[in-house]
Amino acid sequence: MKIHEYQAKALLAARGIAVPQGRVATSPAEAEAAVPPLVEATGVPVVVVKAQIHAGGRGKGRFVEHPDLGGVQVVTDARAGGGRRPDVEAAAARVRALAERMIGGTLVTAQTGPEGKLVQRLYVEQGVDIERELYVSVVLDRSVGRNVVMASTEGGTEIEEVAAGTPEKIVREEVDPAVGLTGFQARRLAFALGLQGEAFARGVAFLTALERAATELDTDMVEVNPLVVTRSGEVLALDAKVSIDQNALFRHPDVLALRDLSEEEPAEVEASEYGLSFIKLDGTIGCLVNGAGLAMSTMDIIQHVGGMPANFLDVGGGATTENVTAAFKIITRDPNVRGIFVNIFGGIMRCDTIANGVVAAVRDVGLRVPLVVRLEGTNVELGREIIEGAGIPGLVSAADMTDGARRIVELTR
Amino acid sequence: MSRFVDVHTRVLVQGLGKAGQFHTDRAIAYGTNMVGAVHPGRGGSHHRFEGASDASGVPGRATRYAVDLPVFDTVREAVAATGANASVIYVPPAGAADAIMEAAEAGIPLIVCITEGIPVQDMVRAKRYLQGRATRLIGPNCPGVITPHQCKIGIMPGYIHRAGRVGVVSRSGTLTYEAVKQLTDVGLGQTTAIGIGGDPVNGTNFIDVLAEFQADPETEAVILIGEIGGSAEEEAAAWIATHMTKPVASFVAGTTAPPGRRMGHAGAIISGGQGTAADKIAALKAAGVVIAPTPTDMAAAVQEAMRRAGVL
Repeated sequence: MKIHEYQAKALLAARGIAVPQGRVATSPAEAEAAVPPLVEATGVPVVVVKAQIHAGGRGKGRFVEHPDLGGVQVVTDARAGGGRRPDVEAAAARVRALAERMIGGTLVTAQTGPEGKLVQRLYVEQGVDIERELYVSVVLDRSVGRNVVMASTEGGTEIEEVAAGTPEKIVREEVDPAVGLTGFQARRLAFALGLQGEAFARGVAFLTALERAATELDTDMVEVNPLVVTRSGEVLALDAKVSIDQNALFRHPDVLALRDLSEEEPAEVEASEYGLSFIKLDGTIGCLVNGAGLAMSTMDIIQHVGGMPANFLDVGGGATTENVTAAFKIITRDPNVRGIFVNIFGGIMRCDTIANGVVAAVRDVGLRVPLVVRLEGTNVELGREIIEGAGIPGLVSAADMTDGARRIVELTR
Repeated sequence: MSRFVDVHTRVLVQGLGKAGQFHTDRAIAYGTNMVGAVHPGRGGSHHRFEGASDASGVPGRATRYAVDLPVFDTVREAVAATGANASVIYVPPAGAADAIMEAAEAGIPLIVCITEGIPVQDMVRAKRYLQGRATRLIGPNCPGVITPHQCKIGIMPGYIHRAGRVGVVSRSGTLTYEAVKQLTDVGLGQTTAIGIGGDPVNGTNFIDVLAEFQADPETEAVILIGEIGGSAEEEAAAWIATHMTKPVASFVAGTTAPPGRRMGHAGAIISGGQGTAADKIAALKAAGVVIAPTPTDMAAAVQEAMRRAGVL
C-alpha cells in the first residue's frame, strides 16, 4: 500500500528519524496558516510547498491547468536577511496564491501517466539549507530473502539511473533479521557516503533507525531520496517514499487508516472488497481468470493472437456466484471493453460451480458484448453443458486457451 | 532417488480449519499417508475423515476410507507420536511463518506451506530460522508437491496427474495444472510436480528442484514454469547451462504485464526494468531451453526438447 510523503515522514519521525518540520494543508487557507508557525518554529524564512500524490517526479512534473507550474515550489521571503525580520505575512500570502493554483489541479509527472493525478493536499515544509544530497533505501533482496540497506552519494537522481550508469556508486549492506543492521554495517554505509564529524554520528543513527522502522512497519520499500546534509551538519530525510506490505496491514491498523482511496483506481478498490485481484489496463478484451499465473498468461495469449487485454483479473481459488457477478460488473463497466474472455482451470473449484456463477452473473449484469468461455479441469463436461445450455446469445464455448483467445479477438474486431 | 515424496512419506497437517480439513480429506482420498494433525487447543481429540477413495490415487486401496486422525497441540508431540517426516501447513497468514518454524524445530525434514498472504518480513525471519537446519521448505503460497499414485501434499486436483517421465516445477498454481494436464493428455505423465510458490521469499527455489530432477533417474525431462519478477528464472537458466544434461522446456508468464504493478502474486512485479519476461525468456533460450510461446504449448515444448535430446 502506498502512502503520501507527509504520512511517510510522520511514521518515520515517530521512530526517531530526522525529517524537516511541515504541515499538511487541504485548502489555500490551511496552506497560508501553516506558514507562520513553521517559520517561527524553525527560524527559517523559506518554505517549500509540495503536492501530495502517490507518484514520484513531482518537482519536474507540471500541472495540466498551469503548464508553467511544477509540483514542488520554494517560497523565499525576499526581504529577509540583513538582520531584518522575515516578512512572514508576505510569504504566507504567496503560499496561499500557490495553493489556489495547485489544489484541485492535475499534476502530470514521469510516473503518473499522461492523465496525471488530482492534487488534493499540499505539504508545507520548512526550507532546508542543503550542503549535500545523498540516497538511502531499505528494500527486499529476493535472491537472499533479506532486507538490504542501499546507499549512494548520488542523491536526487533516480536510483535506477545510478544503477545503470555508475553502479559502483551504490553500496549495500544485507540485514540479518536476527540482529538487524549492526553498528559496523551502519558505519560502513556512513563512511561510504562520505559523512564526517557530527554528520557521521547522525548518519549512523539515521541509518540504524531507518532499518528498524522498515522492519517494524513491514515496508515493501523505504526510500529517502534525497537524504540531505545541511550546512549545519544535520542529516534529514528531505523526501521519503514508503510503501507497506499489503499482507502485513492486519497488524498495522494505524497505517491502514492512512490509505487514500482517492489515489487508487475505483474499480480496483471495489474488486478488492470482493476478494478479486484486479488491475485495469488499456485494451478492449476483458479477462476473468482463476489463478494469478493463468491470469497473466491469459493477457499474454490475447496479445499473442493480436488483441489487447482490458484488465488482469484473478477470481482466486474459492470463486462464488457473488464474486463472479462482481467481476462481470467491474469488467463490463469499462467502456473500452468490447468482449470478455473467461478462462478457468477448475482444480479444487469445480467447472460446474464456475459455470453456474458465469450464467447467473451474465443474467444479472446483462451481456452487451461477446463472451468466450474456456473451461478445463474438474467436472468440465458438466460445466460446458451448463454454459451451452443456458441459451445466452453471444456466448461461445472454446476448446482450449489459444482457441478461446483467437475467438474473442475475432469477435471484437 | 529423492523426488521429495513417495509412498513412505508420513504426513502431518498443521491447521485444521476449513481449508485444512477439506484438503486433508482430499489427500486421504488420494491415498496420501496422513498420520496426524496439529491444531493448538484441540490436542487429544480425533478428526474423522471418510468417503470414497480417489481412483486416480495410490493403487490397491479399498473403494472407501474412514480415518480417525489424531490431533495434537504441538508439532513436537505429533512427531513423537506418529513419526511424521513431512508437514503441510494450512495455518492462516498471521500464524503461518510460526507454524513453519515450529515444524522445523521439531525436526521435520519436509515442510510444504500452502498459505497465501504471509507478511514478507515473517518469511524473512522464518527463512533465517531454517538456516543450518536439515529441513526443506516448499512454498509458501504454492499448490504443493505430488508424486502421482504415491503421495499428494497440497491443493492440486489429483486426477489430472499420471506417473510418467517429466518433472514439473512452477511458480504458479493453475499454470502447473495446465502443464500437468497437457503432459497427461500426450502420454508423457509426471515424475513429480512441484509448485515453489509465488511469494518473493520462499523456501525451495528452481535450482533446488532442478538439481533433484537432474539426479532422479526416472525424470527424463523437465518443464519449468516461471513468471515476471525477481531473477529466479535467470539464475535457473545459468544453472541449466552448466549443470543440466536433461532436456528442459519452459513457459514464462507476464510478457504483457505493465511495469510496477503487482499481478496477483506478491512476487510478480517488474520494477526498474528488472524481472521482465523478455529477459527471462532470453536467458532460458541461451541455456538451450525450449520455450513454449503460449501456455497451450507447454507439453509440445517438452516433446520438442525431448526430441532434440534424442529421448523421444
